[in-house]
Amino acid sequence: MINKALVIGAGIAGIQTALDIANSGHQVALVERQPSIGGHMAQLSETFPTLDCSQCIMTPRTVEVGHHENIKLYMYSQVAEVSGSLGDFAVKIRQRTKYVNWDACTGCGVCQEKCPWKAPAEFDRGVGTRKAIYTLSPQAVPNKPVINPQVCVRLQSIAKGEKPKCGACLKFCPTNSIDFEQKESFVEEHVGAIVVATGFDLFPQTKLPEYGGGKVPDVIDALAFERLLSASGPTGGKVKRPSDGQEPREVVFVQCSGSRDPEHGVPYCSKFCCMYTAKQAILYKHRVHSGQPYVFYIDIRAGGKGYEEFINRAQQDEGVVYLRGKVSKIFRDGDKVMVWGSDTLSGRKVEVAADLVVLSVAAVPAISENGCRVPGLDLTLDENGFYQPSESELSPVESNIPGVFLAGAGIGPKDIPETVAQASGAAAKVLTLFRRG
Amino acid sequence: MGTPYFPGCTLATKAKNYDTSGRAVAAALGMPLDELPDWQCCGATFPLATDNTMALIAPARVLIQAEQTGADKITTLCAICYNVLKRTETTLRKHPEQIERINWFVSTDETTAGQTYTGRVQVTHFLQQLRDDLGWKALGEKVTQPLKGLKVAPYYGCLLLRPPAEIGLDDPDQPVILADFLAALGAEPVDFPYKGECCGSYLVVNKPDVPTALSGTIVESAAKHGAQALVTACPLCQYNLDVKQKGSSRGVPVLYFTQLLAVALGLSSEARALDGHYINPATLFAQ
Amino acid sequence: MRILLSAETVHGDFVKQIEEISGQDLLACNQCGKCSSGCPVAFALDLLPNQVIRMAQLGQEDVLQAQTIWTCASCQTCVSRCPKNVDLPRVMEALRQIAMERGTTPLYVAELRPDLVTDAPQMAIIGGFRKFTS
Repeated sequence: MINKALVIGAGIAGIQTALDIANSGHQVALVERQPSIGGHMAQLSETFPTLDCSQCIMTPRTVEVGHHENIKLYMYSQVAEVSGSLGDFAVKIRQRTKYVNWDACTGCGVCQEKCPWKAPAEFDRGVGTRKAIYTLSPQAVPNKPVINPQVCVRLQSIAKGEKPKCGACLKFCPTNSIDFEQKESFVEEHVGAIVVATGFDLFPQTKLPEYGGGKVPDVIDALAFERLLSASGPTGGKVKRPSDGQEPREVVFVQCSGSRDPEHGVPYCSKFCCMYTAKQAILYKHRVHSGQPYVFYIDIRAGGKGYEEFINRAQQDEGVVYLRGKVSKIFRDGDKVMVWGSDTLSGRKVEVAADLVVLSVAAVPAISENGCRVPGLDLTLDENGFYQPSESELSPVESNIPGVFLAGAGIGPKDIPETVAQASGAAAKVLTLFRRG
Repeated sequence: MGTPYFPGCTLATKAKNYDTSGRAVAAALGMPLDELPDWQCCGATFPLATDNTMALIAPARVLIQAEQTGADKITTLCAICYNVLKRTETTLRKHPEQIERINWFVSTDETTAGQTYTGRVQVTHFLQQLRDDLGWKALGEKVTQPLKGLKVAPYYGCLLLRPPAEIGLDDPDQPVILADFLAALGAEPVDFPYKGECCGSYLVVNKPDVPTALSGTIVESAAKHGAQALVTACPLCQYNLDVKQKGSSRGVPVLYFTQLLAVALGLSSEARALDGHYINPATLFAQ
Repeated sequence: MRILLSAETVHGDFVKQIEEISGQDLLACNQCGKCSSGCPVAFALDLLPNQVIRMAQLGQEDVLQAQTIWTCASCQTCVSRCPKNVDLPRVMEALRQIAMERGTTPLYVAELRPDLVTDAPQMAIIGGFRKFTS
């Protein structure tokens, strides 16, 4: 038994698992495909039900991970191949080309300032922009950038065999860290156990044609709205709608956008949307006192600790109008966005002329660019593409492969407390293996 | 080279302008419409009760009549005929027991004895032929009098596109087929949110206030978005949207897509068949 | 507005008849309301489409008195968007057929407006008769 673990994914699940194992004195290789750790939790403004600042509660852990003597962080990397079995897995890790030498880089940020090339920021779900050389956010851990070949004009000119253009970052970097010649590299690790914590992605708006198909600028998904709410986001926490930057007075939240829809979307419930929608409606009211939020829902799922009370707070204290009736159509009408929903409780079709519409889109399994899961690990997936535990009720963090464990939203959508609990559960399973030898 | 064509009762009479312009443009494009030698009304609505075999017989007979010509395709212009025939085709493919019943019934009549439904015939719409068999680029090349940025709102109505699982012509919520058609003619398609909303259909018979209200909203929305005309593929939509505006001095003409195509192909005024409208579309065109 | 439910109503002949004629499993509907949200004639209805399905699920025969079943234009918007693929137009048709079988006669030839007969495309009249006469 090699007493070292591989953790795939450095969102809050991977971070927690890695810390639990590392704090027990064992080595961890933590692989993350993004340039920084934190996953989706890092994109949140505040968390429910406490309304704690997400980055504030996460930072102690991300910093601990970044500095831990037992954790080797493989950033901007992917697991290319796994072979072997429990006790000795051979893991080939592909370190993607950053075009920046992170050993020399100090994270000063001058390159990002000087870079002239912009693109929509994935971290901001399109409501903000980033440069060709970028960190996910100003608070990224590690705070070191990578260069995106699709946006970088110099890399594109090199690829076409032309004389290299631009090079602003190269010119201004004070530590000479930019390296356009850099190639991707491979590293091999040997571990005794693996924890898969790859998380979730969001259902694309293009699959919601009746809601505008992603073409209406003021129809955004909930994570994009989260970025508008975030003080470190593209609008500094001011709620401004994408089309004209105006503060929206009437905001409609559309729950179940894609979820609970076996015909056109995903059949399952995405579990956390009822709660985060209430949170976003409350936060919106806090920012825009004269604003009116509406929530169209089918059911309200609020079973966690303090969750029902949180919903009551939204409905009673904050005056969020809850309408029970799934939205059928959303379209632009002048500078408004029309939402056609209903209130089945009073028996009325309801139309709202909104300034901004926020879709609670379904959570789907995170899949990497090459589409496949963890190459070499034949993990069982359920019919929705999420990892299937070996036994749902009593072994929720065990996969079908001995020595490989699961944690977090990769198994199915869940909130932060459940994610962290599963992460620690998976870590405990790993530590049991290491103890037994 | 022609395709078996089912006009339907309304195109044969009240909507002759649609039929005339349709035949003319089809001939001009080298894809002539060959009217079925023998046909009857399709029934005007697809029978939604699962035990209603009788109502399926009329449209099934149309498919049989098409098969009798030896062709494997039948085309339509009227959106409701298209819907009825297409849904009949998909229903028969899914329910062989219905085919058995229909074939038995057909065999009992001496005029149709010997004819059976084999499932060979596929129902298509002329717009589909334009898109898939000819192509928008090729269509554009045949245009001799481009519509010079005439702002036309494509109005799809309901039955040309729904239900998508059985019709499959285009996405009902984000359709493009009529917009692409208009662009090929040099017109400027005007997107508006009511392009797929119901005109009220047959409710004009028992609840006329409803189509009046619905059609009013549709025309108003198109006009608000700058449309100088609307284009449609259904005689009932055309009627509802047109009659609603009867007597209006600022009416927005509602044309059949074939009439607009006839203008763009430079066909004669007879072929364009721009008559028979409450809001006269002839005013849109210079000559 | 009070009803008495029993096994006879919720699993009785009325429900069975609707399901047989429409070919639909009424219990597939979880009352999300998307049908009502997009129904173009909602403004003219007494019961919303989802409420008609609800009444049918509960075996409530007075759903046959609703104006809704005669105001449905069979536009197919509801079934195209329903997350459970419940074919509401078929359920509406089933309710109309049951109502007519029990004696309701919503449309008489003699009462057709003359202007309709001369002006409207005949497909409207044929369609109307197909829907509203037995």
